[in-house]
Amino acid sequence: MSEELPRKAADGLPALLHDEVRAPSDEGARGPAGERLTHSEASARPLGRPGNEAQPRGADRTGVGPVDHDRAARRFIDAPQHAKMHDERLWDLRQKRDRQMHAIPEWEDLRDLASGIKQHTLANLADYLEQFEAAATSHGIHVHWASDGAEHNRVIHSILADHGARRLIKSKSMLTEETGLRHYMTGVGIEVIETDLGERIQQLDDEDPSHVVVPAVHKLRSDVARVFAATLGTDPTNDDVHYLAEQQREKTRPLILEADAGMTGANFAVAETGTFVVCTNEGNADLSANVPPLHIASIGIEKIIPRIADLGVFIRLLSRSALGSPITQYTSHFSGPRKGGEMHIVMVDNGRSARLGEEDFWQSLKCIRCGACMNTCPVYRRSGGLSYGATYSGPIGLILDPTFDRKKYSALPFASTLNGSCTNVCPVKINIHEQIFAWRKQLAQTGDIPVIKRTLMKAAGAVLARPALYRAAIASADSALRILPAFVAANRFNPWTERGRAMPEAPRETFHQWYARTNGGRREDQ
Amino acid sequence: MRVGLFIPCYMDAFEPEAGIATLQLLRRFGIDPEYPFDQTCCGQPMVNSGCHAEARATEELFVRNFAGFDHIVVPSGSCTHQIRCHMTSADETHEVREVRERTVDLVEFLHDVLEVDSFPWAEFPHRVSYHSNCNALRGIFHGSMSERREPARSKPLDLLRKIKGLELVDKARPDECCGFGGTFSVFEPAVSIRMGQDKVRDHADAGADYVVSADGSCLLHQKGCAKRLGLALKFRHIAQVLNGDAA
Repeated sequence: MSEELPRKAADGLPALLHDEVRAPSDEGARGPAGERLTHSEASARPLGRPGNEAQPRGADRTGVGPVDHDRAARRFIDAPQHAKMHDERLWDLRQKRDRQMHAIPEWEDLRDLASGIKQHTLANLADYLEQFEAAATSHGIHVHWASDGAEHNRVIHSILADHGARRLIKSKSMLTEETGLRHYMTGVGIEVIETDLGERIQQLDDEDPSHVVVPAVHKLRSDVARVFAATLGTDPTNDDVHYLAEQQREKTRPLILEADAGMTGANFAVAETGTFVVCTNEGNADLSANVPPLHIASIGIEKIIPRIADLGVFIRLLSRSALGSPITQYTSHFSGPRKGGEMHIVMVDNGRSARLGEEDFWQSLKCIRCGACMNTCPVYRRSGGLSYGATYSGPIGLILDPTFDRKKYSALPFASTLNGSCTNVCPVKINIHEQIFAWRKQLAQTGDIPVIKRTLMKAAGAVLARPALYRAAIASADSALRILPAFVAANRFNPWTERGRAMPEAPRETFHQWYARTNGGRREDQ
Repeated sequence: MRVGLFIPCYMDAFEPEAGIATLQLLRRFGIDPEYPFDQTCCGQPMVNSGCHAEARATEELFVRNFAGFDHIVVPSGSCTHQIRCHMTSADETHEVREVRERTVDLVEFLHDVLEVDSFPWAEFPHRVSYHSNCNALRGIFHGSMSERREPARSKPLDLLRKIKGLELVDKARPDECCGFGGTFSVFEPAVSIRMGQDKVRDHADAGADYVVSADGSCLLHQKGCAKRLGLALKFRHIAQVLNGDAA
């Protein structure tokens, strides 16, 4: 026990994990003069040297049955170095977010405002989309529309084909993960280079991003060293983060300079101006957009905001919620092609307009992909993003993924304790945990929960509705363990005790028996 | 004032002493609650699994048992949240609505209804880490939440601060979920137990002798985790502490 550790930091909030940062030996990132850097990432707790633990792999996405989050989560938890690093890294982001929140007196008003702007926009989406298209077209941007992921990929391909483009550099975009763009492009012989460092690591490792903002957060630096050694020819024994970042830059920059086309996503598309905004910390979106002569931006139709004046509300919330930094290093506005170049926008539906019609779930379209719900989620932090086996993981994934494939992701809404922390951190006030609850109801109604679970609940419901039956069933603590639903062993193991949790002790009698024996304590003086 | 007492199924089966403490505590304030003998469960296990139809008969039984009381006192924030916010499988008759509105958790009843200002019979000279059940905190708002920018307040801590000798300790993660989550605890045991282990280590690192909560279900889970880890933590329902039960 480390009882001497301070439980509270100087500001009165719970002590930061990285309070030891700035010690002479903290191994953290330093500037040219040797001073400890203090921007968001550099002020994270430096990781100690990892051991040789192999990286646990995520859930199987190719199986026929529903994705099994529990099984993949076990693998992650059974890799203790990965599990510990992942939980602490993301908790660190959550704590930094809390400090940013406390620094802004109007924080809750901002959330209300952001939520209101999004609700208004979604309620008038068609009008704003048309306004955006007209404005963008008026300054020389080509606007395309795609109803689903496949159409999006075909549109991108045809634009590239028109320009004879063979190599595409792109910045991170969850939308292109939704549509499987990289996979599609490989099939048609176009090389895709991810320029976001984390996304590039994931691409080289042939793995999906595990987080919407920090896609390789589940990897230790030793994992990255292994990936780079195998794919970029770096020294496999050198896992120094500066060495790895520099090597990646050296190997990727020439590819960027020779690219034929660049792609970005967009964080916000402004209807009144026909412009769009991309927020990054590495400046890689600017490289992708500005180096090649052709810039294509894929934008989900829910990214619209009405006015440029609305943008500040979201910019103030986005990076504070995501990384606990006041703003991203780059907030780039794109308003048209540069001289001699071309700019295309593909506006993508891919299930969004159908979701807009879902009474219980339409508010999920307010999401600005900050990842705050993932950082705070105690289940996500301990199971790793890849355990969800889906494009979106964590709380927002639980409510988005079933809209893409109801059967495959039918188990995900159950990968939650319904604790509600996600809803509280959401900068646009999506009622995430209530939607998780609503999804469970919907999935049960349509028969999309396992038969065993339904059978257990039916049995529990039948016993709990009949007092005499119930009393007989829980007459002893041992039999109570078999009938109280949380303890029902759903398989041959006892899931209560299987992994290090003792059974409750059996009391002498139940409260009910005590009450009957003593007449509610009135006869207990004997 | 007619008060009905609902003893949650977990408490009935595993923590009868917390139920007894609740009953005795209410009597200390001159309230002799009725204990409807046919009570079973609030329906939460089925409802949280999405199986609302399967919860209907249990909810109807609950309403038959508790219709007509001025207050229905429940020593569990989680069950109170289920009844007040999620008991929708039974048809929403006037009776059902009234039962749902009149259901209060024990902490709310003491803090908001009785406005208790002292527990002169109670003494608890121990270091206590208070565990907030998530439904009690984020569902029926027992106190301020670490994710929100709001003035610090807590109904259960207000009550515990009135107990002689009791010293509250601060955890590193004050209101992170402990991983019980009802059926989550058996359908996702790996994550559930890992969360539980982290939670009890946090209590221990904060220097706590006792973990106190207004929800026995979380404690059942945490107790099991602490036992396997060999931690010397002891666990008490808040009713036992407020009633002055011997430590």
